[in-house]
Formats: sequence, C-alpha cells, structure tokens
Amino acid sequence: MQETSVHSRWHALTPWLFMLPAMLLFAVYVIMPIFQSIWISFFDWDGIGDKVFIGFGNYAELMEDPQFWTALWNNILWLIFYMLAVPIGLGVALFLNQQVLGIRAVKSLFFFPFVISQVIVGVVFSWFYHPTSGLLQDIIGVFGFEPLPILASETMATYGIIVAGLWPQIAYTMILYLTGLNNLSQDQIEAARMDGAHGWSMLWKVIIPQLRPATFIAIVVTVIGALRSFDLVATMTGGGPYGSSTVLAFFMYEQAIFSYRMGYGAAIATVLFLLMLVYIAFFLWRMLRAERG
Amino acid sequence: MFPTPIQQTSRFTQISYKVALPLSILIWLLPLAAIMMTSVRSIADINAGNYWGWPEQWMIIENYTEVFTRTNMGRYLLNSVMITLPVMVFSVGLATMAGFALAKFKFRGRVAIFAAFIGGNFVPFQILMIPVRDLTIQTGLYDTIWALIIFHTAFQTGFCTLFMRNFIIGLPDELFESCRLEGATEWQIFTKIVLPLVRPALAALSVLIFTFIWNDYFWALVLVQSDEVRPVTAGLSALRGQWLASWQLISAGSIVAALPPVILFFAMQRHFIAGLTLGATKG
Repeated sequence: MQETSVHSRWHALTPWLFMLPAMLLFAVYVIMPIFQSIWISFFDWDGIGDKVFIGFGNYAELMEDPQFWTALWNNILWLIFYMLAVPIGLGVALFLNQQVLGIRAVKSLFFFPFVISQVIVGVVFSWFYHPTSGLLQDIIGVFGFEPLPILASETMATYGIIVAGLWPQIAYTMILYLTGLNNLSQDQIEAARMDGAHGWSMLWKVIIPQLRPATFIAIVVTVIGALRSFDLVATMTGGGPYGSSTVLAFFMYEQAIFSYRMGYGAAIATVLFLLMLVYIAFFLWRMLRAERG
Repeated sequence: MFPTPIQQTSRFTQISYKVALPLSILIWLLPLAAIMMTSVRSIADINAGNYWGWPEQWMIIENYTEVFTRTNMGRYLLNSVMITLPVMVFSVGLATMAGFALAKFKFRGRVAIFAAFIGGNFVPFQILMIPVRDLTIQTGLYDTIWALIIFHTAFQTGFCTLFMRNFIIGLPDELFESCRLEGATEWQIFTKIVLPLVRPALAALSVLIFTFIWNDYFWALVLVQSDEVRPVTAGLSALRGQWLASWQLISAGSIVAALPPVILFFAMQRHFIAGLTLGATKG
C-alpha cells in the first residue's frame, strides 16, 4: 500500500514537473509584471529614486492631460479603421480562391508584407508618402493634386500610419480566410446552388456563416494589432507632429523612457491593459466554452 | 468551390481575371517596389528626382556593399541571429513539455493555468515594460543579448504552449496508455513518443517564432541600447537617424534586414501558414 501511495503522489506531481520551467518563466516575466505595473501606477517614481505613494494621482492627471485624450482617440481610430482589414481580407481571399496557373505564387506575394518587420513597413511607407520624392505624390499629381505631406500633417498622420498598418494586416486576414475557404462544406454549397442561391445571396447566407471561425480569429488579431500599434507610430512619425499621431502604447513609452515618469507611464499602460482585458476576457470565455462543449 | 471556378465562367470573365491578377499584385507590392528601385540608385539619381525611370547608374553592388562597410548592419544581423535562434529552441522546447502536461494529464488547476498562458499572450507589452526592464537591470542583463533571449523565451512560451497543447491533445490516448503498461516512465514517453509525433508542429511553430522575434522592435528598444547587441530592427531605425537623407542606403538596409524571414517564409510556406491559421477552421 505504501508503495502505491508514493507512486500515485509521484504521478500527481508529473504534470507539474513538465510545466515547471515554462510556468516559472511565464510567471516572472509576464504574469507578475502586470500586477507590478498596476502597483507602480499608484506612485510618483522617476525609476531611480524613492517611490512616493500618490493614490490615484496619476490617473487624475491623465484625465487632465490633452495628450492622453489624443492618444486614446487615436487608438479608437486605429480600432475602427484597422477593422477594414477583415472585409478587405475576405475580398482578397475570394478574389484569389481560384485554381489557375501560378495562383500559389500570387497568394504568397499577397501574403508576404505580413512577414516583413513593421519597422520596414514603416520605412517603405515613409518613402511612399515622402512629400517630395514619394510615389504617392506622383500618383495624385496625375490627377492634378498638389503634393500631400501626409505624415507632417496633424490631421492626416494617423490615417497615413493606419493605412501602412493595414497592408500587412490585410495579408494576415486574407490568409485566414483562404484557409477557411479551403475547408468549406461542398455539400452545403451544392445544395444552396440547387436552391438557386448564387453570388451575393450565396456569400451572405452560406459562405460567411461557414467562415465564422476564421472571422472570429481575424477580428481578435486585428483588435490586438490595433491596440498594440507601436512600431509604425515610432518609425513613421514618432508620435508627431506635435503629438498628434501618438497612441497609448507610444505615449506610455515616451513618458517612461524619455521623461522618466515611471508611475505615470504605468498608469497609461494600465488603461491600455484594461481596454485589452475586455477582449482577452471575451476570447478566453469563448475558448473555454468551446473546450467544455 | 466558392466563388465559382473561373474555368466555368464566360470567356470575358476569364480574360479579365487573367489581366486583373498580375495587375493586382503590381498595385499591392508597389510601395515595396519603390524601395527596391531606390536601393539600386545613386544619390545623384534620387536628388534629380528620377524614381521610376531607368537608373542613370546601377548601384546595386555599391549600395549593398556600403550597407555592410559603412554601417553596422552586419553586426545587427549577427545579433538578430544570436537572439532569435536560442529563443526558438528554448520557447518551443519548454512549451512542448508544458503542452504535453496540459493535454494529457488531468489535475486540478489545469484550466486556470492554460487560461493564464493564453491570456498573458495577449497583453499589451507596455504593461510589462517597467517591471521587466527593472528586473533586467537588477539581474545585470541589461544591454546584453540575454536580456532579449530570456524575455522573448518567457513571452513566446505562452503562445507556444497553446499551440503545442492543441496539437498534442489530438494524439491518441491509447498510445500513451500502452507505453505506461509496458513500464515506460513519463519522461521516456515524452522523448520517445511525443517528440517524434509533434515534429510537424515543431516546424510550424519554429518558423513562426523566428519571424516574430526577428521582427520585434519594442523590446529591442527597451532592453538593449548599444550597437554591439542591437538586433536589425532597432539597428535600422538607428541608421535612419544617422543617414537621414541617404534613402538609397536606408532602402538597401531595409531589404537586407527583411531577407531572412522572407527567405524562411518562401522556403517553409506550408508550415508557416499551417501555424498561423491554427484555429481558423474550427472552434
């Protein structure tokens, strides 16, 4: 009896031993820092000296800071316009879902902006928008427009960056939809064809419902991408001109690294985290439900 | 098939499709083409406003040599390799073990741990930044490649565990049971049964992780600062500061920095897409 109980206790320990290294690293570098950041957000701290507890002081200051509202508003613009990647990605996938010579190469070429670093996407689009040398100016020049200094304009910079962000994001949603289209139930499509469905009615009533898993993932990754936007803002405008194109992620980085305001930065990060938490909770809830059912 | 196969449509549609296809690629890759053309031009050409015409002088060799001789690009590339490869091995390895535990053992707290791995994976980097940077400074790893290797390994372990767990759960339970009856230890089961069977998943995951880490910019800004350890993304943006108007150099540098993940993608496309679209068909 003694032996079996030792054995079963050892057996109960086995999964924990397999998980230990991963759990330890993940706890120290991901889970704990979330709580530490929230804790730091209640202090006034330059990163080196003593922390001074100020309660919700940082949050009160955020409410009064126009830069915070600009960043938050820009994040909302990102969320709204980045979502275009979902229908456009579906459109491109439908366009490319054919079996013709060379289509595989075409799909790869459409996908490959996603493989490139966003820093390089930023360089590519900075050159594309360049006020004197950019291709965009040549294109709009054909239609008789004056050059548009997109990234130097307080009203247009954010939109210019979002368009650059859409380029790889559409590639991503496209590939999700192409995979979804590959796995459609042929029987249902044939049955619907017999019933006279075609074109738009087929797309709305038969295809899109079947593509729901792909749509779900596409929306999740696009929301996360929009809230995480940092690389493009940092490389294309650095938040400028006059802070007009900043987003919460970049604003936080600026405050913490350049202004040595760790507590204030942590408060911005906490707001961003809470925004994201809504989606994380939704995703987890859905995933765990699918897991049980 | 949806849409209707093009072969079954009218001749007019078929011809328009054949024309539209290359045209759409051309438009889609136009911004990239601009950078490629710029990277082979001379500075005189650029200053003269010749962007789309035939280059006055072909400067392919000169520009690309200059990227390596006049800038630290070579060093940045090497740093990126030295950071990316260990992360790939460590995070995939740790996650395979954790994924095995989460997929094939029943124990209390399993769902909570799995949820923590998934949820942690989606958090904005900024909520981790200050504590992770502090910890890195305290452990004396700030501005070394280990700062990035350890952090990336930890963070990617979340995504990798989700991925591996979902793959391993599909392996037949009978296989494990019969090994246990024959007296194999759990570690033997892991190395002799699980590892060989998850090989396709390992390949898919490795190419994804390579691309994610190679393209990381935020942590490269936060955890390192000197040229000796900077990866290509941070290196490239430093170059832009130094070579403000030298667009031919910046363009050539960008292309060099983009090449490794692009080559890997074209070489291992099937694995890459299989990894990325996990869950796009069911769930």
